[in-house]
Amino acid sequence: MALLKLKNISKYYQGPKPALEKVSFSIDEGEFVSVIGSSGSGKTTLLRCINRLIEPTEGEINFNGVEVTKLRKNELRKVRTKIGMVFQHHNLVERLTVLENVLHGRLGYKSTLAGIMGSYTKKEKKKAWDILEMLGIEDQVHKRCDQLSGGQKQRVGIARALVQNPKMILCDEPIASLDPGSSKIIMDYLKNICKDMGITLIISLHQVNVALNYSHRIIGFNKGTIHFDGPPSKLTHKKITDIYGSEQIAESYDHDETGNITAAAG
Amino acid sequence: MENDVFKKRRKSTLLLAVIIAALSVGSAIITQYDAGKGMLSIFKAVAWGIKNFYPDRRSLVRLPEIFIKLKDTILMSIAASVAAAVIAMALALMGSRSTRVHVFFTGLARGIGSFFRNVPLVAWAMVLMLAFNQSSLTGFLALFLGSLGFLTRAFMESLDEVGENAVEALKAAGATYYHIVFQAVIPSSMPQIVSWLLFMIETNIRDATLVGFLTGTGIGFLFDVYYKSFNYHVASLIVIITVIMVIAMESVSNIVRREIL
Repeated sequence: MALLKLKNISKYYQGPKPALEKVSFSIDEGEFVSVIGSSGSGKTTLLRCINRLIEPTEGEINFNGVEVTKLRKNELRKVRTKIGMVFQHHNLVERLTVLENVLHGRLGYKSTLAGIMGSYTKKEKKKAWDILEMLGIEDQVHKRCDQLSGGQKQRVGIARALVQNPKMILCDEPIASLDPGSSKIIMDYLKNICKDMGITLIISLHQVNVALNYSHRIIGFNKGTIHFDGPPSKLTHKKITDIYGSEQIAESYDHDETGNITAAAG
Repeated sequence: MENDVFKKRRKSTLLLAVIIAALSVGSAIITQYDAGKGMLSIFKAVAWGIKNFYPDRRSLVRLPEIFIKLKDTILMSIAASVAAAVIAMALALMGSRSTRVHVFFTGLARGIGSFFRNVPLVAWAMVLMLAFNQSSLTGFLALFLGSLGFLTRAFMESLDEVGENAVEALKAAGATYYHIVFQAVIPSSMPQIVSWLLFMIETNIRDATLVGFLTGTGIGFLFDVYYKSFNYHVASLIVIITVIMVIAMESVSNIVRREIL
């Protein structure tokens, strides 16, 4: 069953050229979808339109049977609790501890006063703790986030998304500012989250190789429109050139002379 | 090409020097200020100070009285700074880019901030004296209004620096405006906010002395009384103790700053 359905989503910023132009696709529950494309192709705008951090100019977004674009403030809050989000720059409150940052994921469920006071139930704290344990950073719980490494911060970001109890997590270039080692750890955790917890993932990525290795399905963007939508096995060299609009990108993934992409190791 | 850049820079430096020189000479002529005479009178003043303006043994008797007034002054400065900080915070939240609800409020908060900041403290004290006569309330309000303007601006800038990142993350999690303010924006900017508040308290202790002249309260008043009755020994003692106090306050707040950062 489709969890997320986009129909003719367009986004115009200033100027006549749209950042997204009539984008339509639907994503099933439990799918691991990578969104690729060069900088400025509309990946970030797309992800932010889904939970309306950016308001789409036109089109319909159906999430879990609810028409997201028509929601009022409080209903939108409710939908957002079911959509986690992970960011390139982690977007943590650096001066607060790991646990406090993770618990921010529960704010969507809180009354105004409870949220201001930062009062969380025992159950919520236990859940946050369990998630941190699962992600292997339980010994950092009471450390301030500005003392963590980039990879650890991103795990805190993932924990914050998970504590929401989401049906879907949007990841906006989650490994773009991490070293290769940390990137692999993060991608492996995300893969497990999708497989074991059944959470749908939409990840925007710069590395074609990573997209090929991890996802069930790849959506390729160029100038705000979809140029490819299908399983990694169908993504040919020609298609990739079409998405990125140049030959240079071919260096960043493995392929043989006939243009077939060879299964990358790892 | 490169040569050109250096030439240009030298030219603009020279131009700046000429402008500064012209301004100083021009204003000296307009105000009929004689620089040579001014410099000389500094020496005269110092000589007079060494001869007359020092505490003697008899002036030490006044110490308890000085300390009581000093305590009043310090407490008033702290009260005025903290009260101003609360209101300034509300205005800054309204006006900051990361927390504003509407652009209109940014203009409003900035306007209020710069109005209160740009009216000199002494002018506030004079105006308020018409309403409240010479009383501590006048002094308090003058310091309060001056601090309000300054802190609004300072806080707004601190909040701006927090940036959109954490705000965006909390919004995506379904947090409300107030959640975001209290869970992300304020915790992130806390060190700067406390730092500005400490700075304000220090400044206010200095300024309270001045305001005290006018409003007849605190350490400033005490200085005024002794100075005008030609009791320079006590007056100088007051100055020395005030200076020591300000330096002590500064070191205390430096320690606090280091701890919270």
